[in-house]
Amino acid sequence: MLTAIICVPLLTAMVLALIPRNFRFLFRLGALTATFITMVLAGVIFWHFDAGLAGYQFETIRPWVNDLAIAYHVGVDGLNVGLLFMGAIVAFAATCVSWEIKTSGKGFYILLLLMIGGIFGAFASLDLFFFYFFHELALVPTFIMIGLWGRGANKNYAAFNLTLYLSLGALIALIGLIGIYLQMPAGERTFSIPRITEYFQSQPMALSAQRWIFPLLMFGFGILVALWPFHTWAPLGYSAAPTATAMLHAGVLKKFGLYGLIRVALPLMPDGAKHWFFVLGILCFGNIIHSGWVAMRQRDLNLLIGNSSVAHMGFVFLGIASFNLIGITGAVLVMVAHGFLAALSFGLSGYIHQQTGTLRMDDLGGLLHRLPFIGAALLMAALAGCGLPGFANFPGELLVLFGAWKGMPVMGFAIAAAWGALIIAALYMLRAVRNVLHGPMPDRWLLVPDATSWRKLPFALLLAALIGFGIFPRVLTERIKPSIETIVNAAVPNMQTVSR
Amino acid sequence: MNPSVTILELAVLALGLALLLIDLWTAAERKRFLGYGAAAALGLVLAYSFVRFGGGDPQYAFGGSYVMDGMALFFKRFFLLAAIIVLLISVEFSDRILAGVSEYYALIVFALSGMMFAASANDFTMLFVSVELVTVTFYVLTSFQRSRLPSLEAGIKYLILGALSTAFTIYGIALVFGTSGTMKFGELANLHGTLTGNNLFLAGLLLVVIGLGFKIAAFPVQIWAPDVYQGSPAPTAAFLAVGSKATGFVLLLRVLFSAVPEVTAQWTQLLIMMSAVTILYGNLCAIPQRNVKRLLGYSSIAHAGYLLLGIAAMAGNVRDTSVGGSAVLYYLTGYLFSVLAAFTVITLVLRRIEVEDISGLAGLGQGSPLLAAVMTLAMVSLAGIPPLAGFFGKFLLVKSALEQGSQNHAYYWLVGIAVAGVVISIWYYFGVIRAIYWSRDPVDLSPIAISLPIRLALYVCIAGMLLLGLFPNPMLDTTQKAAKALERVQATAIANH
Repeated sequence: MLTAIICVPLLTAMVLALIPRNFRFLFRLGALTATFITMVLAGVIFWHFDAGLAGYQFETIRPWVNDLAIAYHVGVDGLNVGLLFMGAIVAFAATCVSWEIKTSGKGFYILLLLMIGGIFGAFASLDLFFFYFFHELALVPTFIMIGLWGRGANKNYAAFNLTLYLSLGALIALIGLIGIYLQMPAGERTFSIPRITEYFQSQPMALSAQRWIFPLLMFGFGILVALWPFHTWAPLGYSAAPTATAMLHAGVLKKFGLYGLIRVALPLMPDGAKHWFFVLGILCFGNIIHSGWVAMRQRDLNLLIGNSSVAHMGFVFLGIASFNLIGITGAVLVMVAHGFLAALSFGLSGYIHQQTGTLRMDDLGGLLHRLPFIGAALLMAALAGCGLPGFANFPGELLVLFGAWKGMPVMGFAIAAAWGALIIAALYMLRAVRNVLHGPMPDRWLLVPDATSWRKLPFALLLAALIGFGIFPRVLTERIKPSIETIVNAAVPNMQTVSR
Repeated sequence: MNPSVTILELAVLALGLALLLIDLWTAAERKRFLGYGAAAALGLVLAYSFVRFGGGDPQYAFGGSYVMDGMALFFKRFFLLAAIIVLLISVEFSDRILAGVSEYYALIVFALSGMMFAASANDFTMLFVSVELVTVTFYVLTSFQRSRLPSLEAGIKYLILGALSTAFTIYGIALVFGTSGTMKFGELANLHGTLTGNNLFLAGLLLVVIGLGFKIAAFPVQIWAPDVYQGSPAPTAAFLAVGSKATGFVLLLRVLFSAVPEVTAQWTQLLIMMSAVTILYGNLCAIPQRNVKRLLGYSSIAHAGYLLLGIAAMAGNVRDTSVGGSAVLYYLTGYLFSVLAAFTVITLVLRRIEVEDISGLAGLGQGSPLLAAVMTLAMVSLAGIPPLAGFFGKFLLVKSALEQGSQNHAYYWLVGIAVAGVVISIWYYFGVIRAIYWSRDPVDLSPIAISLPIRLALYVCIAGMLLLGLFPNPMLDTTQKAAKALERVQATAIANH
């Protein structure tokens, strides 16, 4: 079933590649069908996922390179089942909003589907090699999509900036992953994550190796998540990217680095993690405060959203650095919630850009008159971004703060900063709402149309998810918690008491 | 002496002579089609190599100076495949050759025979003769566009620097023979490092390595590559990039790991340095390039560096070379498909314009989606990004280097430099992709006609890049078997001891 989720987009992309480009309608239809099917499948998996069972579910294993013990191995546990479901919803929404693509739609939809397939593969893989492989699969489509269908004078610079940063991060992480592989004795080497975890639980990795490999993963994966000060690619790249690409990347693909940290780095190298978490704590302070500060000064709606999403990543880092059950559960919850939120924000700003041709907040204003639906949705996204109760972000951020408080009292300043950042976020979000939606409306926006019923669909879907998981966070936490518990307990058996 | 072992080379040589003869009875306007015939004939030789040779014990010819083992067979097939595709590109290129099209084909075939002999070299005589056969034919191939000044310039540069490297090689061989009293790799291996302290012997080997470094375009003898790639005809440059480089590598593998493994183990740091500088030089110098062929020239230096990284990793443990060796062979195979795909597209696209600027690729995305896609795949594969051949090759190389890191920390630095090199290379490779899809002023949007054989060649390259990236198992088995041949020579040496 997981294989189907990965293969449906990839196979559709291949089929679409064979259709002559005159049949524009078919490409959109094909992409929508494929992403809709994957969304339904991901929903079924999410629903049938049994939180009470230990280990992985919906597993498939196929040997791939026997000499290196690489296997195609997919499966879900509490950690990635929510992320996959979120990814599938965002992917469908992103395909829906792609009506804005007018030129060479064939190429766009093929690349979009390749990117989506890569995303699902990366989050479903339980083999280090494929885990990396699928993530990189999404890189080239992202580059071409930004360059070819992107907007703004800066798009060329942004495309290269994003690609180079992401490749650098991925390569550093790859060195770390191979390093883990080589830490095992020659006969037992494998790329299978469950087996590696098992091995290092019985024989913990040498301390010196942990201290060298953990930073490779921390910075490698960190760059992929826009860890301060390696974050500059994110706001630039997202503001230049076409809407669908920004939604998918900011919403889903960016979470890959965080997922990798929780899935691979923490359980295998707990001592290395303890050694380096102080640095991570300080850097996520940079994410939260510095990027929040930068976001305040933005005059462009997309750059603002981009910077605020970098700031949100700081919360997740903080949760991971707290290294206890509450903090990491909160971190995963924020990852899922932020996926919906980032996709919603970029989708809405994309709609506004499509209709008005600008995202400069000085030029916009009073749009709530003309765009009741889009405006209301943007308002809700802004409120969710401030961490208002009722949206999925709230429980996540709350758990992260609790976890951080419990886990590392020494880092009190970072936690205080996180509280402060919520206020900063409220400030810039509400200011953006005022500039874009309220106030006098320039005459040239008199004819801007609101979204028609079909075009409301993606936004309604994302909002529903955001509110649904905000009201019933249990649906997520009860799935996430057991898996995080095994990770935390496996890594630090004596940590158990702290987390209770 | 068993001459039938050399049947593949003999067939190729006969084909070269036949081309020269048939040329006499072929009308001028039909001569270009001889290339198809030659390619088809080589295809038959390639197919025959699968029928005639399989696994089994190595066979010798010419008094043991020629060996037919797994490694030799692997490289012979490699060279045959390369030559077939290069011949197909040459047919497309033939309208830019004023006279002597058949000679051009014949020279490619002769160079191929030299490469195939080199794959089987088992002593320094065979090494020298086969390298010279390759190099001398390339002197002519590089300067084949007699009316074009850059081509002549490329020929002269290649001639002078090639002659210099030949001098290095022959002097080195003389020193090795003078100190050890033998030319044969097997007998050198039997000396078991008794000469590792002999400075004259080491100097001789160093000179040989430098001479071979010229073939693979490795630092410090890499200067010629960009100029020659830029000036010479596109098919020649393609064959230089693939065939000539692989010749250098097969000989390097044989000399370093069959003949003198003890010395190689001593030279680990030297090889690491060579690899690091070559990677950095190739990648950094490629950044400002605007000429596509020149860019590929620098990129070929960088790839020589990555391959040297594999050789340096093998040097870390000379008794167990199959892992590193198979990584090198795998990478070379991926490189073959990627580079030949790139040169095929360049030959087709830059037909009309005299300057071979990257901007000449503008509009390709709209005009010829197939060519655009192939060029994109080639660039992505060269950059080493999944799911293509280049990624899996680089993955194997990096893994083999990291494996040695626990004994020698210099390998970690080398891997760090390789990562930096890959990130830099993404900048210029993706610059080519940008030119294809979204440069500002497309010159020409008209579709480019692609003949059937070239279309087949493109499909072969695409299939090669994808299969090697997605289903590495069969190829990995092949390369591992081939790399085992090196260990066998060592094992015999130990047995004789």
